Amino acid sequence: MNIITLEHIAKIYEVGAEKVHALRDVSLKIDKGEYVAIMGPSGSGKSTLMNILGCLDTPTKGLYSFKGVNVSEMDDNELAEIRNREIGFVFQTFNLLPRSDALHNVELPLIYAGVPSDVRKKRAEEALLQVGLGDRVHHKPNELSGGQRQRVAIARALVTEPSIILADEPTGNLDTKTGEEIMLLFNEIYEQGNTIILVTHEEYIAEHAERIIRLRDGQIESDEPVQNRYIPDLSAIREKEESE
Amino acid sequence: MKKIGRILLDTKEGILISLRAIKVNKMRAILTTLGIVIGIVAVTTMTTAIIGLKQAFIQSISSIGQNVLYVDKYEWLGGKNWRMYRNRKNITFDQYLKLKKSLSYYDAIAPIQRTFGRTIKYKNRSATSSFIYGTTEEYLKISEVLPDTGRFFSEMDVGAAHNVCVIGKDIAKALFPNEDPINKEIKVMGHRLRVIGVLEKQGSGFFGTISLDSQIIMPITVFYKIIGGRRRSMQIAVKVNDETKIDDVRLEIEAIMRTIRKVPPGKPDDFAINRQQVFEDMYDKTVGIIAIAGIVITALSLFVGAIGIMNIMFVSVTERTREIGIRKAIGAKTHAILLQFLSEATIICLIGGLIGLAISFPLSLLINQFLPTAMPFEVVLLALFISFVVGIISGILPAKKAAKLNPVEALRYE
Repeated sequence: MNIITLEHIAKIYEVGAEKVHALRDVSLKIDKGEYVAIMGPSGSGKSTLMNILGCLDTPTKGLYSFKGVNVSEMDDNELAEIRNREIGFVFQTFNLLPRSDALHNVELPLIYAGVPSDVRKKRAEEALLQVGLGDRVHHKPNELSGGQRQRVAIARALVTEPSIILADEPTGNLDTKTGEEIMLLFNEIYEQGNTIILVTHEEYIAEHAERIIRLRDGQIESDEPVQNRYIPDLSAIREKEESE
Repeated sequence: MKKIGRILLDTKEGILISLRAIKVNKMRAILTTLGIVIGIVAVTTMTTAIIGLKQAFIQSISSIGQNVLYVDKYEWLGGKNWRMYRNRKNITFDQYLKLKKSLSYYDAIAPIQRTFGRTIKYKNRSATSSFIYGTTEEYLKISEVLPDTGRFFSEMDVGAAHNVCVIGKDIAKALFPNEDPINKEIKVMGHRLRVIGVLEKQGSGFFGTISLDSQIIMPITVFYKIIGGRRRSMQIAVKVNDETKIDDVRLEIEAIMRTIRKVPPGKPDDFAINRQQVFEDMYDKTVGIIAIAGIVITALSLFVGAIGIMNIMFVSVTERTREIGIRKAIGAKTHAILLQFLSEATIICLIGGLIGLAISFPLSLLINQFLPTAMPFEVVLLALFISFVVGIISGILPAKKAAKLNPVEALRYE
């Protein structure tokens, strides 16, 4: 089943008198349960594509249909609702509320979904448990390590049971080992049947996905399945840790 | 129904979120409220003082009687027209009798013949009275001042011109420091009058200018006998207990007096019908304007406070741009962000209002030492309402700014 269909998407920014074509004629389809990496050097338009896929921004031209609904012409509040219900974001810089504990951070999307407080707490606790932070529920971001912060962010993305998880350089601010742990977590999430879109510029990270879409100058350069998918292995990580 | 529930839920969450934010930035929130605190203290104290002043004024003119109409040659507070009033025909005892006979509805009617203070003697002691009144037994119903010892004079005392009088508390104290004044004979202008009653304490009227406790009241027949004054104009006091009937009675009095005094049709009245109200109106006209000016000036301090809060809220929105971006990215709608910042400003203002009330309440007790007032409950409600409104006004622009932020740009903000 198609979740995402982009048809001839273009995004043009006007910087002063100049027009910047961030995306030119991008068309793609993503099915339910896919694990897709979007790759490209900086300036290739991958951030713009991510913003459009994540309904944070709307395209200048073209059609974006999300689960059969045309979202390219929705207003801010309709987009907010799609983001809230259908999309779970994971950012490079975690983007947690610094003064709120893990539980409240994970609860946040449920607050905006209008879920009553008691149900909200239970679901947030479950999500934290799922990412292995059952014992860090009341820690604030500054009391958590980088990896733990990203886990909180992943719990926040999962808690609404969204149609897609959209991760933008999720390991960019983490060391290799922690990054690998996070990628392992993404793999688990994928194996549970979730759809993941991973935006990265690292080949090695992209190879965790099952399909890689490469962008260059605002256009799709290639769109191919990964032949030898890299499946993270916890024991391999441990071995690596010991050898260091 | 579901929509209303959702709005309530959103409001509740908005309030909870802003409470969190205020808790995190306690010091700043308290400093921000300062502007409102000062404004609320100024406005509530000012209002309390103004209400107190008015109450003091009303109290001081209350001896006139709220529901009493006074038929008089002079228009009270008639000002520069006094020459014209002076040339009018007198109001006489005869006119009083005719009015009493013709007037169809009243609760009490009494003639009041008045003269300024005289020296009163008892044995070797003497005292000066403020006013001497000659009237009838019905005056008791009009003034509503009761004798606390003895009695007021009766219809028979008036009819038979018995040499009796009722005296004020201060006169009683001055002349009879160690004895019971009742049935003692005092000397007024060389005539002996038997004291039959002492009036209860009233204090002074017209801001202390007239001592109500040093008056002497006697039957009008006695007044004419010993003081004279038949040629002087008098007042006729008509009491109407039912507030709604006062205007009708006034019209009837006017018609009867015109007939009695033979005022030709088309000519203006050559007498006046006065009420306590005219003093209140005068008060409202003069002091009222000063009071409004005072409130406007103190309200300016609230305005300054509101600008301070708006400023801080703008800073706060800029500072939390990234937070707003996060909230929007995970699905906060425009109105949720708007509500969050609006309730933050409002809560800060309400806290300021409460602190302000906590300060101005003891201040109002201090004012109470000088004026008969306490902070009225309405003023408390008004203060909270003002705080609420100031919160909304000072919060709306920053909140709108926050709500309009583009999530992509807000997330990129460092």
